[in-house]
Amino acid sequence: MSPEAGARLQVDFTLNGSPIRIDVDPADRLLDTLRYGLGLTGTKEGCGEGECGACTVHLDGVPVMSCLVPAWQAGGRRVRTIESIPPDRVRPLLGTGATQCGACTPGVVMTAIWIAENPAVLASHTIRELMAGNLCRCTGYDGICEGVEAMLATAGAS
Amino acid sequence: MERIEGLAKLTGAERYVDDLAVDGCLWGMTVRSPTPRGRIRAVRLGGGVDWSEVVVVDHRDIPGENTVLLIERDQPVLAADRIRHLHEPVVLVAHRSRELARRAAREISIEVDPEPPVLDFTEAPGAERIQHGDDNVFKRIEIVKGDVETALAAAARVVEGTYRTGSQEHVYIEPQGMLAWVEDGTAVVKGSLQCPYYVHKAMVHALGRGAEQVRVIQAPTGGGFGGKEEYPSMIALHAALLALKAGRPVKIVYDRGEDMVATTKRHPAWIRHRTAVDGEGRLVAQDIEVVMDGGAYVTLSPVVLSRGVIHAAGPYACDHVRIRGRAVLTNSPPHGAFRGFGAPQTIFANERHMDRVAAAIGMDPIEFRRRNLIGDGQSTATGQVIRDGTDRVAVLDRAVLVSRWEERSGEHRAFNATHPYLRRGLGVSCFHHGAGFTGGGEVALASRLDVAGLPDGRVEIRSANIEMGQGTLTVFTQIAAGRLGLKPADVVIAEADTARVPNSGPTVASRTAMVVGRLVELACDDLRRRLGLTDDDRGERVREALVRWHDSHAGEPVGRAEYERPPGIEWDDHTYHGDAYAAFAWSVQVAEVEVDLRTCGARVTDFVAVQEVGRVLNPTLARGQIQGGVVQGIGWALMEDCRWEDGAMANGQLTNYVIPTSEDVPPIQVVFLENPFPHGAQGAKGIGELPIDGPAPAVANAVARATGADPLEIPVTPERLAALLETTSRTADPRVA
Repeated sequence: MSPEAGARLQVDFTLNGSPIRIDVDPADRLLDTLRYGLGLTGTKEGCGEGECGACTVHLDGVPVMSCLVPAWQAGGRRVRTIESIPPDRVRPLLGTGATQCGACTPGVVMTAIWIAENPAVLASHTIRELMAGNLCRCTGYDGICEGVEAMLATAGAS
Repeated sequence: MERIEGLAKLTGAERYVDDLAVDGCLWGMTVRSPTPRGRIRAVRLGGGVDWSEVVVVDHRDIPGENTVLLIERDQPVLAADRIRHLHEPVVLVAHRSRELARRAAREISIEVDPEPPVLDFTEAPGAERIQHGDDNVFKRIEIVKGDVETALAAAARVVEGTYRTGSQEHVYIEPQGMLAWVEDGTAVVKGSLQCPYYVHKAMVHALGRGAEQVRVIQAPTGGGFGGKEEYPSMIALHAALLALKAGRPVKIVYDRGEDMVATTKRHPAWIRHRTAVDGEGRLVAQDIEVVMDGGAYVTLSPVVLSRGVIHAAGPYACDHVRIRGRAVLTNSPPHGAFRGFGAPQTIFANERHMDRVAAAIGMDPIEFRRRNLIGDGQSTATGQVIRDGTDRVAVLDRAVLVSRWEERSGEHRAFNATHPYLRRGLGVSCFHHGAGFTGGGEVALASRLDVAGLPDGRVEIRSANIEMGQGTLTVFTQIAAGRLGLKPADVVIAEADTARVPNSGPTVASRTAMVVGRLVELACDDLRRRLGLTDDDRGERVREALVRWHDSHAGEPVGRAEYERPPGIEWDDHTYHGDAYAAFAWSVQVAEVEVDLRTCGARVTDFVAVQEVGRVLNPTLARGQIQGGVVQGIGWALMEDCRWEDGAMANGQLTNYVIPTSEDVPPIQVVFLENPFPHGAQGAKGIGELPIDGPAPAVANAVARATGADPLEIPVTPERLAALLETTSRTADPRVA
């Protein structure tokens, strides 16, 4: 059910493992609520139209582009952002050169984490296919795809 | 060494300008012209907004001269009466709410009496369209070596070709953004930018303030590729004008659409070659004409044209060369700096042309290049004698070897003969790229850099050269640590803040590691001298000397360095003759493509990039530069298609301006051959721009060899290839792989 325009909505959801309650405008994007409302600026805006993937977060464990998700739709669900990812988890991406300018990186990491936590997707898709929703203009993608492999190897070893 | 700021970026902790929370900050928006050319009749504020809450700025609020100072003073900060291009900034608004600022901007209408625009840079403008000088030409350059006309007249074989390259949008993933505030009477800006002192100079000029009353700080920058070389001066001025009027901080962050339609892009180009070749396949004469679309104002077009024409004849030995170039006005947003800076355009034409010359005389394209590659002791088009000792034939041979050129060409012939609709082919490109500013540019920049000794024994590098993903922070740390025998943790890099760092020049032109990195070394040596140490004193002895200094002195010791021209470099800017660059990097790339004749789509299925870039300072970063540049070049070659309406980009969205994804490109194989350059940091030469020079011709040459089509224009989109293949099948061109 869609809320009426202009109304303020109270939304309860789980953010990075903790319950949270906020008021949002029905037109607010989840991206802006995270960045400007909650100060979680790790999630980036690259295009605002669901093409670049820089704003990727997990919604109930699945990567979504937070620029396309109204904030109220997070109600009752689990939102996970780059701020929940500990440095050790992303270290494998450092050695392969997966980040350069860093603007696409949080989105890249959120997709990479999803692959690492759901390796079954690799039975039907390659890493290159799975990363295709995250545009990167710096690396040419080899550093990213190798980084995801390194992350998978680390996950397998631990 | 791993990227210094890498973990901060991987965890989302890095703070870009849009991430900075500032109390009381207003959002600024730009109101732009609705037509490509005309005179402003009226600016009207609409009724849907409470204007008492909105800060409004127009040209009358500019305290200094209303121009964005760069090479010439022709581009207004805010248009006052004349409109020169669609989306030209006219009025600025700011409001505490971003949504209300956006609404206010929409409520302002700019009424323009239209005048006839120039929308095609290849056509001569009529008198009613002249807007610059008496012919709309921003800059003309002529390079002459030998006697081209006589050589062409006497030649056994002359091959001609006309080539076109499209524009290209940078698509740095972080859009442009700038924060401005006033602090103790100083106008301060902090934002996404490549050249702090360019912004500083422009602000001093247009704000009419002393150099000390302007301060520019670089925020972590999410990609630049040249797109944040000159345009940030405009946004910084806009934000500062709003902040000065509002008396509050103001932030302007472009959304993707505004960034794509309003800011700079790569210069579209038209290039014609006439080439004389002898019976042995040696180049006898190269006559080249280059026209670039400069857009509505001069901005950087003269120097983009300069680099373009200097690279136009390629890395080949030829006694008779004439290159005539011009950059012309159109009523488009100014085209600007983009990785390669004019060279990718002319190199596309030259390397496509070399394949067509080779085909015309029945010679293998590799062998044709091997015969003509410049050797030590031979001179370039500008008369620069090459004597760097690089084995350029070895670069070519390595690319042939790694790409398995011969073997796979055979496989492709067999495949293409039997497959119903797929066609495969290999294409090569062979090119060089000059590092640093052209000609006397580095001397004119007179870059300065400091290395200071801190009380705790660490050293601080103070430079205006910035990190935008290419690895400046890491490489400078490596260079200083290596020079002084310190651990990387004992080297810190100062924020690029004009209040704290000297002007070490712009972060452009593949100059940072080679030219400015060398200044890091020299400043480290100077610091050592100031501490009373010898060049053999390293590591702990440096740290101890620093601590001792601070025990007995009030101030900190600062090692200083200033650019000095390497010996033997001479350039005449009047005749365009001499040593255009202190060093060239050399490269050969091979692309394999597969074309689907049902869709006419071409995919790159393998790519080899071999290059000699002097000493490789950091293998991971260097590889990333090459791979990223290659993929950006593949995008320009095949898919990145700027569509123009009324002189501006009509497809200013990532939905319909498509750049490569991970699925669109293969792994990029990178091979470095190293020949240390004695005047670059640790032997380095420039690397950042080189890789984008080669993919377009290599890919287009591969498409030609796979299909028999003859693409003379990029991007080779499916639509364009379909049209070419239709022509090819009608004329039954037998030239297939």
